[in-house]
Amino acid sequence: MLYRETGQYKTDYAADMAIFPIRQDRLTLVLLLAVAFVGVPLLSYFHIWPFGQDYLLRAILLPFLILSLAAIGVNILVGYCGQLSLGSGAFMAIGAYSAYKLGTGVHIPLGLFNISIPALPVLLSILLGGFMSAIVGILFGIPSLRIKGLYLAVATLAAQFFFDWVFLRVPWFTNYAPSGSVNAPRLDFFGWLVATPIDRYLLCLMFVTVFALLAKNLVRGNIGRQWMAIRDMDIAAELMGIRPLYAKLTAFAVSSYIVGVAGALWAFIYLGSWEPQAFDINRSLQLLFIVIIGGLGSILGCFLGAGFILMLPIFLNQVPAAIGLPLHTDTITHLEFIIFGSLICYLLIKEPHGFARLISLAKEKLRLWPYPY
Amino acid sequence: MSGVLYSLVALGFVLIFKASGVFNFAQGAMVLLAGLALVRSLDLLVSKGFPFWAAVILGLVFAALIMALTAWLVERFVLGPLVNQDGLTLFMATIGATFVMEGVSQWVFGSDVYPLRLFPTDAWFLFEGSFPGGILVNKLDVWGGLIAGILVAGLAVFFQRTKTGRALRAVADDHAAAQSVGIPISWIWFVVWLVAGLVALVAATVWGTKLGVQFSITFLALKALPVLIIGGFTSIPGAIVGGLIVGAGEKIAEGFLGPHIGGGIEYWFAYVLALAVLLVRPQGLFGERIIERI
Repeated sequence: MLYRETGQYKTDYAADMAIFPIRQDRLTLVLLLAVAFVGVPLLSYFHIWPFGQDYLLRAILLPFLILSLAAIGVNILVGYCGQLSLGSGAFMAIGAYSAYKLGTGVHIPLGLFNISIPALPVLLSILLGGFMSAIVGILFGIPSLRIKGLYLAVATLAAQFFFDWVFLRVPWFTNYAPSGSVNAPRLDFFGWLVATPIDRYLLCLMFVTVFALLAKNLVRGNIGRQWMAIRDMDIAAELMGIRPLYAKLTAFAVSSYIVGVAGALWAFIYLGSWEPQAFDINRSLQLLFIVIIGGLGSILGCFLGAGFILMLPIFLNQVPAAIGLPLHTDTITHLEFIIFGSLICYLLIKEPHGFARLISLAKEKLRLWPYPY
Repeated sequence: MSGVLYSLVALGFVLIFKASGVFNFAQGAMVLLAGLALVRSLDLLVSKGFPFWAAVILGLVFAALIMALTAWLVERFVLGPLVNQDGLTLFMATIGATFVMEGVSQWVFGSDVYPLRLFPTDAWFLFEGSFPGGILVNKLDVWGGLIAGILVAGLAVFFQRTKTGRALRAVADDHAAAQSVGIPISWIWFVVWLVAGLVALVAATVWGTKLGVQFSITFLALKALPVLIIGGFTSIPGAIVGGLIVGAGEKIAEGFLGPHIGGGIEYWFAYVLALAVLLVRPQGLFGERIIERI
């Protein structure tokens, strides 16, 4: 009844190829964006529950947005191009540390002459941080031309452990900080000093909106179709004239770029000061979970998966306290593990294609509702 | 030498991969579970006044039963419903199973470090007459090598000579085809996970004696992945040789390269070595050649 495209005629090709060809979808998106851009900050500004506390913005919405962004990057590689990666955490770290170095000034002594770059503006350093991550991504993507699947996963695992070690042991990256932890530079975006939770939230939201739109358009276009052809059967794709070298390496580059930018945001805006542990193997696994639970090969799925993975532990933490069960903290941690693991298994069994598939099923149902003919 | 230990964990991976095409992330958690079950029951029995040898036997039986139960549960509730899904989904499912196993084993058996004393840990000095000081050989390493050798021989016989072993190889080739010629796939998977669980138990006895049974075992088990790559995913001898190469290689690299570039390279050396092997020989040293068809 509500969700039906009857009567929405398309008179040209462009309208048919629009991102959201159905009017209701467009409306929903505009509404969502309006709520996200205007509603949440307003509610938060006037301290209306539950948006009044910083907790919601700082501890839930901010990581949700950044993880969604990182998940979009991972999804491009794993979901669209079919190259399994366990090294996303490392690429986040590369983005974060490169942005940090660029934001505080780079100085490379080379004996005879030195390379010095003055401290760049924050926005530029975040974007260039993603760029560094893309370069490393291409380097670690080269083995993907020979190997695939789980073998590739181990190759990316090499990136993960290697960069963990590099950022821990090479003091140059941390500007010789004695504790090994570094602080983000001043978040000055052309005069807009990002300090309050609302500012941070809005900034991340802008990044996420731009990159989500970009990613959505990329995967709909020529290059995205090449990725999907490679994913579905690489030999057949090659025979059809798709260059695997180009397709795979662009997937690695775009994916690591987005993941790198997400890493820089995670470090600068969410954490503020961080250590290499923020980007360890668990982060990579978490991103992979988000992508798989949300739905491989779906941008929408990244948001759903990130929301789920983020909310579940918080929920599990709150429930025993809420119903008054006096549990030991150790027990709660272990129970969290157990419930989290079983839920993952359950979801995989019930819906191996993730939440995004559930949404599209619901849409199909809605189209026929309430008269199923 | 930690190489033998890596080999033992890698063996479990290879078994499950060979027989079900599942890349079993949970092997590390299974080692932890087996180790905890063994060491806790052992402590309990000894404190109840059982003689040590009886406690060891009962503890081993108890841990083996736990592993059988785990195998049954995994087959019944995780992998059974996921027959014919692609490898990535199964891989993620085993990660889910890993979380559950880690949670349950620590919840039930406790999360401290428990020392295990099954094998002697002192050392022999060989060839003391030939040159001063001689060669220091840890008895535990000898035991570990012996056990690994026996395991490999036993598994080889099991895979090549028994009916179940042949069925296992058929299932590894093609689930659907194996099912259609009447091989009960759920039973086969149970057997595989059981065998992998028992290998995990053996690994846990050696690891536990060396390091104590503790949570970090699961992280060290991640090192088994490069071992597999180097040895080849489908080869049992490959797992052993790969483990030895990684174990020796990272110690040598740490000794010779470590001081020059900051130390701690044990942390990633195995992975980068695996990456190099992948570039030259994607199927590993002993793996079957990967043939691609459309």
